[in-house]
Amino acid sequence: MKVFLMYKDRDFNLNSPLCELSENTAYDLELDTIFKAMAKEDEFFYKVSKKAVLESLVDVETILYRQEVLKDCIKNEDAVKKLYDIAVQSIEFEKKAYFLFFNKYPESVLHSSVRLMEMFTETLNDLKNLAVENRDKFSSEGFKRFFEMVEKELSDDYFALIKKHLKNLEFRGGMLISAELGSGNRGKNFILRELKEENRSFVERIFSKRKDSYLITIHERDEAGAKALGELRNKGINSVANAVFKSAKHILNFFEILKTEVAFYLAAVNLYKKLKSLNEQICFPVPLKKETRKLVFSGLYDVCLALTLNKKVVDNTLDTKDKNISLFIITGANHGGKSTFLRSVGLAKLMMQCGMFVAADSFSSNINSNIFTHYKRKEDVEMESGKFDEEMKRMSLIVDKLKKDSLVLFNESFASTNEIEGSEVSKQIVSALMEYGTEMLFVTHMYKFAGDFYEKGLSSVMFLRAERKDDGSRTYKIEEGKPLKTSHGKDIYRKVFG
Amino acid sequence: MTFKSILFKKEEEFDPSQQEPKFFADLNLNLIVDEITKTKEAYDLKPFFYHSLKSVDNITYRQKILKDIEQEDVFGALKEFESAMNAVKSGLEKVEKLSCKYQKERWFLDSVDLYCYGVVKLHSSLSSLTVNSEGLLSFSSYLESYIASDKFKEMLEHTKILKQGLDEVKYTLFIKENKIRVENYKNEEDYGKTILEVFERFRQFDVEDFKAEFHKSEYANHIEIEILKCVAKLNRALFDDLEGYCLTYENFIDEYIKKFNKEVQFYISYLEYIKPLEDLQLRFCYPQTVQSKNDIQNQEGFDMALGHKLAKEDRAVVSNDFYLKGKERIIIVTGPNQGGKTTFARAFGQIHFLASLGLKVPGSKAKLLLFDNIFTHFEKEESIQTLIGKLENDLVRIKDILEKATDRSIVIMNEIFSSTSLHDALFLAQQVLKEIIEADSLCVFVTFLDALTELSDKIVSMTSTVKDDDVSLRTYKIIRRQADGIAYAISIAKKHSLTYECLIDRLKRN
Repeated sequence: MKVFLMYKDRDFNLNSPLCELSENTAYDLELDTIFKAMAKEDEFFYKVSKKAVLESLVDVETILYRQEVLKDCIKNEDAVKKLYDIAVQSIEFEKKAYFLFFNKYPESVLHSSVRLMEMFTETLNDLKNLAVENRDKFSSEGFKRFFEMVEKELSDDYFALIKKHLKNLEFRGGMLISAELGSGNRGKNFILRELKEENRSFVERIFSKRKDSYLITIHERDEAGAKALGELRNKGINSVANAVFKSAKHILNFFEILKTEVAFYLAAVNLYKKLKSLNEQICFPVPLKKETRKLVFSGLYDVCLALTLNKKVVDNTLDTKDKNISLFIITGANHGGKSTFLRSVGLAKLMMQCGMFVAADSFSSNINSNIFTHYKRKEDVEMESGKFDEEMKRMSLIVDKLKKDSLVLFNESFASTNEIEGSEVSKQIVSALMEYGTEMLFVTHMYKFAGDFYEKGLSSVMFLRAERKDDGSRTYKIEEGKPLKTSHGKDIYRKVFG
Repeated sequence: MTFKSILFKKEEEFDPSQQEPKFFADLNLNLIVDEITKTKEAYDLKPFFYHSLKSVDNITYRQKILKDIEQEDVFGALKEFESAMNAVKSGLEKVEKLSCKYQKERWFLDSVDLYCYGVVKLHSSLSSLTVNSEGLLSFSSYLESYIASDKFKEMLEHTKILKQGLDEVKYTLFIKENKIRVENYKNEEDYGKTILEVFERFRQFDVEDFKAEFHKSEYANHIEIEILKCVAKLNRALFDDLEGYCLTYENFIDEYIKKFNKEVQFYISYLEYIKPLEDLQLRFCYPQTVQSKNDIQNQEGFDMALGHKLAKEDRAVVSNDFYLKGKERIIIVTGPNQGGKTTFARAFGQIHFLASLGLKVPGSKAKLLLFDNIFTHFEKEESIQTLIGKLENDLVRIKDILEKATDRSIVIMNEIFSSTSLHDALFLAQQVLKEIIEADSLCVFVTFLDALTELSDKIVSMTSTVKDDDVSLRTYKIIRRQADGIAYAISIAKKHSLTYECLIDRLKRN
């Protein structure tokens, strides 16, 4: 019984390590804001959201698979919540039972495992009923398969079989153990054997004398003997106690995975509801193969900004058409919305690549092998080496991990030295990355860098600019436009000083 | 070719109760031998390490064996055999200790089995590996005929049959309340498997076992013994056969094989001891042992006891050369204290002694005297005697040495007379050296008395050295050099820029 709600053919692994640089990405794009909105104070939701968002999918098919499951969840939130509760309840059983497993004494392991199994039987039954009631309301491939599987695997016959075995394990009729001769002819390989009907009649004959059968009776007052017999019983049930324990673990693991995978979708539903409450639009994006270069969107806004300001925010629209743009150089006025724009694109890409909706009216783009950010850091980040050295170090770490079709978001990078040097370094890095096949968005103030690139007139480079009205005021909209020599610091100065 | 001993080719007077030679402590050979034999106490190997071989034949016999054993695969085969023999030994100890007949018999059977397996394995290893030494070849052919003997073959076969029989015994215990019924196993299903199959559909990934580890007491409790008796009744023929077997093979260990296993530990323990040193790229070589003193030499030798200690602490070990050519007999070592003089003297003695055991010695090349005795006198600092009493006592001991020393003896004197006045010390040392020159012994003489080096052309001078650029650093190198002390003084002068050139240069700027 596999959950398979996150992937068609495998489990979502909550505990596998993320790329070391994903913390940087989360920090630069202020992903914490989104994770918090998804978690709604639930730590587990937070953990699952973070893992799922940062572990980008790299195939279009799985993205679409998740989109469908998520659509089902938005539509049937109550049923999905019930599903989640069943998993949580089962895991709680185990937690309660767990203190019983503090020793490995087979008799107590067996007893606790059987108890746990009895409780699991009840939640498995709930799960089955849920599947039967809801199967017609869900249309995604993921949920359809899941419910069908539950119905098939958890048949009434199967429940009866479980019940029978759990009863057998009480050993009302005695236990049969096989053994072999080990070192010093002492017993080894104790294995509990199935007591068949003919054994039962043999039980009746236990007092009868037979040639191929010998009877040992332990005297009532033989305490050492009773203890030895207990040990023998324990050796005998050791393997079966282990088997029941492992079986219970298997069921637990099933519920753990179910809980994890459903948690992601419920977290996404949380974010969906939050954005709807702000009157913001969402859409399910159209992911394209990573080899293509396309970025088309309308009404794209920065989720983090919307969540932080708790209101509807400015949006942007862009269409690269068939230009195969692999480098966007974004220039323009200070506080003109460049960083917000950059973040909105990064967030949209990340959200798309974990199978979620995107904060836009419409969004389509190629997916990326992975997504990196290289942002200017505040002064105090690095004390020991110089700032530029620190920037280079981070860049080098990114280059270590870079693949073909990765996306790198630069925000005022390499500007901690003078403009001429910074531009030269930027130019060299960006040119090399372009040739390698990297997609980049580069927000910069360095006119030398932006201008030089503009002069080259490369068809795969698009120049965007924070717009400024003729009266000097900002619209916070980003539009196509060549880099301008003057920055808009004067405007701000004027605004502040009047 | 008959096999007698892996340690001696020719009969040699060997006293198994031999005590530690007198010079052992001075040369730190006691530390070396203690360490070598530390994990092998049961074999009582020390007497072998105390016994210098008297004939080149025996030395060569051992060197060739050691060369064979040094090969990783041969070494491994012997180690494996040793552990088999150890297992046999501990199995037989169980036989002694236990009281239940069926248990005793099983331990006995398993011990014989381990023994047979060990012997057969050793033989097949030795015959498939490249072995060139007379000693191992002759042992190998001894094994060959032993294994081919009817007695051994029968024992092997019988052991196999019984082992198989016992391995196949499978019984069931039906437990209800205070009763156990013992019967033969009749293919009842493994219930654990059934359970796992029932719940297999939930398996997401493998989970770890949660099985109890039962305390392994050495003795079976009385219930187990009762069960065992029932099992024996269920398999009467098998257990009757086992009983007869134990009587038949009571003394199954061959005396020569047992002796071989003991004696071969001499080589194994030594190789294990020098392994960490060899791993540090320190050199070992098979020395040529000679009767003539015209060309004695050792290159890149070192004090093994110190080397072993330094290797453990991950510190560098310094090696030194020595040679004595033509008339040269005596090395006088002078130079700064703590510069490795005593270590050098010890190494000289150790290397000669180890060569006489037929072992590899420290160094990349060695030609060493086949000595008749080693005499040492090391000044001991702690003494409750008065100076005169001590001096007298020292002289008595030295006189004793000088009387015994022959032209094939090695004499090692370390800082003798250092607590005497310079004048007396010089006089006494000269007298002692004259005696040694007279006796024509080989000698290392560590002293602070520079003047002694001029005494005879039989004497060569070696000195400890310091680093040129920093006199506070010792190199622990002992090199052939006149003992004038000037090089040492110059290096100090240089450090303070007070040499001629330095002074000219400095004075120019003034």
